[in-house]
Amino acid sequence: MISWWLLPLFAGLGVAATAGPLGSLVVWRRLAFFGDTLAHGALLGITLGILFDLHLTLALIFSCSVLALILLQLDKYTGIASDTLLGILSHSSLAIGLVVLSFFDNVRIDLMAYLFGDLLAVNQNDLLWIFAGGSLVIGLLIWQWRGLLASTVSEELAAIDGYPVKRLKAMLVLLLALVVAISMKIVGVLLISALLIIPAAAARPLAKSPEQMAMLASLIGMISVCAGMAFSFIWDTPTGPTIVVSAASLFVMSQIFNSVRR
Amino acid sequence: MNPELVVVKAKAETLVRAQGINQTWGDRHVLQNIDLAICENEIVTIIGPNGCGKSSLLRILLGLHTADSGKITRRKGLRVGYMPQKLRIDDRLPLSVTGFLMLAPGARKERVQEWLERLSITALAKQPVQRLSGGEWQRVLLARALLIEPHLLVLDEPVQGVDIQGQRELYQLLPELRNELGCGIVLVSHDLHLVMAQTDRVICLNGHVCCSGHPDQVSISDEYNSLFGNQSGHQQGHQNGHQLAPLAPISELAPELAHYTHHHDHKHCADGHIEGSEECTHAHENVSKSEGHKHD
Repeated sequence: MISWWLLPLFAGLGVAATAGPLGSLVVWRRLAFFGDTLAHGALLGITLGILFDLHLTLALIFSCSVLALILLQLDKYTGIASDTLLGILSHSSLAIGLVVLSFFDNVRIDLMAYLFGDLLAVNQNDLLWIFAGGSLVIGLLIWQWRGLLASTVSEELAAIDGYPVKRLKAMLVLLLALVVAISMKIVGVLLISALLIIPAAAARPLAKSPEQMAMLASLIGMISVCAGMAFSFIWDTPTGPTIVVSAASLFVMSQIFNSVRR
Repeated sequence: MNPELVVVKAKAETLVRAQGINQTWGDRHVLQNIDLAICENEIVTIIGPNGCGKSSLLRILLGLHTADSGKITRRKGLRVGYMPQKLRIDDRLPLSVTGFLMLAPGARKERVQEWLERLSITALAKQPVQRLSGGEWQRVLLARALLIEPHLLVLDEPVQGVDIQGQRELYQLLPELRNELGCGIVLVSHDLHLVMAQTDRVICLNGHVCCSGHPDQVSISDEYNSLFGNQSGHQQGHQNGHQLAPLAPISELAPELAHYTHHHDHKHCADGHIEGSEECTHAHENVSKSEGHKHD
């Protein structure tokens, strides 16, 4: 018989492993706010999914992807500074999601679970989604790693070198959308980008190459998941936030290690 | 001048050709009807004051930007090595020099090693890219451009922040690279004297092509001097560029070179071409004209 905590643990580890390399790219390319916006917009996706009675994970993936592509276009064609634009979209889509949701009195939805995650409610189906999605993300990242890295260093140089810079960027934001969608259940709308960014930032002082940083970020994320789950059992705290607190503690430790070493 | 080189030049193939390029940014007509061609085995310097459209032209030639009008023809399968003017890599990306160079498409460890040795920067191989000095970083960027075995090497203001010794070394390297790789080289500079001895052809740009031709001729042309000449210089006379110390600052050189000064005038420049055509065969003529000069 499978212990009740094994499913959530594997789900958390799967998400953390995927978030490592993707989060590193997010940190290098300053896409943190972008990820936040996707996550906040995801709530709108859930609302629409419920409204039209769609498969919730599919609705999430779909709405996140559409939002990602819209953001990519807006970034190119509007004169508004992209952080302002993202800030507007991020919070207004979250607000719209909450408002629309409130119209449906007959819909019973655990809002807290979507905002802060409900790791312990993970079922086998979710686990399957996480591992299928995670493998796809990691596979594509490994396949296109050199091009992604080259365009992170300089989009111009990469374009002249013949890397498909635009397609790579589109791929990256779609993968980000996918990860946001599948990790929603684990840490919730408000904390997803924490899981992407904090482990990567914690890995930075310890890494000598981009690949090392990506793998260390996965490792640190996975340690945070284990520690977060353990502490949430011991102290009876909400699991998602406890995982983020663990990651943040590891970040502080890595910064201290870094300043001591210098 | 090596006669063999002249022969090679005569049958040089065009790598990239721009025809009738126009570009407007807002209400500024930055590039007006630009025609130019770059051939194999030739070193072309594009020179002009700040804001003359050098960078716009370069971006268009490189295919990073599509001009408002005009046509760019590239030789099929053209590989371009580009050395940007500046490139800052974020501190959050842990990247060593070798790691950076390995990002060039098709880069292999041995080739990276070879270029590091050739450019005398082997010691930097494991250094984080963020910790290099200006001169070191320029060499790394050059190595990156060379790693793709370019047919066309494009260097945008390659000596910014590099000391005099480094500048001299870099410029001396260019003809060697050209001969070894048989590539065309395009240099962008705002100072002709630095690059004079190594350049086959100069294109003087100020919105339009003011004049072009061999550096000796361009440096004494009215168009060039109206753009770069010293205000006080009224001396006439031909001063051969190769007799000048190639690294002397322009303030010292300009009085000797300045023919006379006048406000730059577009109408005037339309007839001011020295070597009016941009055809590749003219590279050959230019070379024969300059026979007897020492180029090294």
